[in-house]
Amino acid sequence: MKQGFFEIIENVALTKDIFRMKLKGDTSAVTAPGQFINIKIDGFYLRRPISVCDCEGDIITIIYKVVGHGTEVMAQMKEGSLDVLTGLGNGYNTALSGDKPLLLGGGVGVPPLYMLCKKLIAEGKKVTVILGFNKKEEIFYENEFKALGADVIVTTVDGSYGVKGFVTNAMGNLDYTHFYTCGPEPMLKAIFNASKTSGSLSFEERMGCGFGACMGCSCKTVTGYKRICKEGPVLLKEEILW
Amino acid sequence: MVDLKVNLCGIQLDNPIIPASGTFGFGYEFAELYDINMLGTFSFKGTTKDARFGNPTPRIAECTAGMINAVGLQNPGVDKVIGEELPKLSKCFNKKVMANVSGFAIEDYAYTCRLLDKEEQVGWLEVNVSCPNVHGGGMSFGTSPEAAAEVTKAVKAVTTKPIIIKLSPNVTDIVSVAKACEEAGADGISLINTLLGMRIDLKTKKPVIANTMGGFSGSAIFPVAVRMVYQVANAVKIPVVGMGGVTTAEDVIEMMLAGATAVQVGAANLVNPYACRDIINDLPKAMEKYGISSLKEIIGGCK
Repeated sequence: MKQGFFEIIENVALTKDIFRMKLKGDTSAVTAPGQFINIKIDGFYLRRPISVCDCEGDIITIIYKVVGHGTEVMAQMKEGSLDVLTGLGNGYNTALSGDKPLLLGGGVGVPPLYMLCKKLIAEGKKVTVILGFNKKEEIFYENEFKALGADVIVTTVDGSYGVKGFVTNAMGNLDYTHFYTCGPEPMLKAIFNASKTSGSLSFEERMGCGFGACMGCSCKTVTGYKRICKEGPVLLKEEILW
Repeated sequence: MVDLKVNLCGIQLDNPIIPASGTFGFGYEFAELYDINMLGTFSFKGTTKDARFGNPTPRIAECTAGMINAVGLQNPGVDKVIGEELPKLSKCFNKKVMANVSGFAIEDYAYTCRLLDKEEQVGWLEVNVSCPNVHGGGMSFGTSPEAAAEVTKAVKAVTTKPIIIKLSPNVTDIVSVAKACEEAGADGISLINTLLGMRIDLKTKKPVIANTMGGFSGSAIFPVAVRMVYQVANAVKIPVVGMGGVTTAEDVIEMMLAGATAVQVGAANLVNPYACRDIINDLPKAMEKYGISSLKEIIGGCK
């Protein structure tokens, strides 16, 4: 983990309530896809933990959803410097992927899969991505994943675009060696039940500190108690207790 | 050159800054960020007789200038603390540590303190009496002078190390609880633990925290803490460790003027992992600003 100050170099809306922010600073603590950063916002006591969508050179890209007052303020930011903790959480392990990994993202769970997809493709793996949204207007990053060279399937709950239904409706006939996912917990559970292989699932929990000190985000696993922020957010399928 | 040294129950501290229990783990994780030997000491994660997972999640709610937590004393249990955590700590911390102990029955406190008494690195036992007493209808030990005194006597009987009783602010008369602990043999008092609080999610119309209520901490509670430290320090002869919302070097000075011999920093560590390092580095300048050459000379300086 590192604390540092990052310059906002971009903050744009991708959909009605999904924003992308690019931050410039010391990115050396970011060591794996699936990690998160924790951002201090003036006027708010606790930091906002947000997953890393991409990290190239000295730029970290995050994609976040406006869900409360803190993210509302974030969405209004144009420029300036932010106090950020980087390199938090374990992240995804690409060594587990096999030749044909399957990536499944739901809504604002999609972003961390982007950096993962990029890394897997760089390692020569054949990557299939299923991106799940509620409706057409909420879709983002379909083309960005395609541009990386992944096979991309989009699902929408209302059927307004792509496959109608949930991400699990599109995974049935696919041949894959390991799955990686991030999204709301009911989606993770559905994937857990529908999947035929080993998998890596990224969880979300309300956090105090985000770096392992407060024990605010603990969960029980087969291998003992884990902190989502420290030993997580990525848990392996075989260690999860629902 | 300003003098930051204070003496807490017979043990000299290089400075009065002590990360509070539950915000600093067992220290070694913060040792990756900075040299924790610069601290006065720190109070480790509240330890109980048996391992505890704690409360269901969500355990955290944000507030204006603070936060609520209902972690529920998650800890690996005293045996693992002694067998695994303290050996890890001894590799990165060469000072005496404050052992924070909780229990749900008088016998639990005595059991845990008896084991920690044998640990050389433990300098003080800080006894948290804010937990519910399972044999007392779930009432917190700290809400009654008699129950707090009973815990004090029970731990005093099993250790020669100084014991500091950590008091809950959720009482009508904090002074009577503090005095009862002093009379029962406490070597020091620390306060305040968190204030009982609650948040409600407007969208779901349900409590934010799974446990409904939790402990409110952070800079918002600082004035309450200063007031209670002042009241207790003026009523007892034993040293008082002040805490509650301390965030800056100036807060430390204010807390010491109120009567604190040493000062704990809690929630601030969770927002800024370098909070205690920054406060210690800022103290000399803040002291100079207010014409203070020695911190120990300002203890209880507000009359």
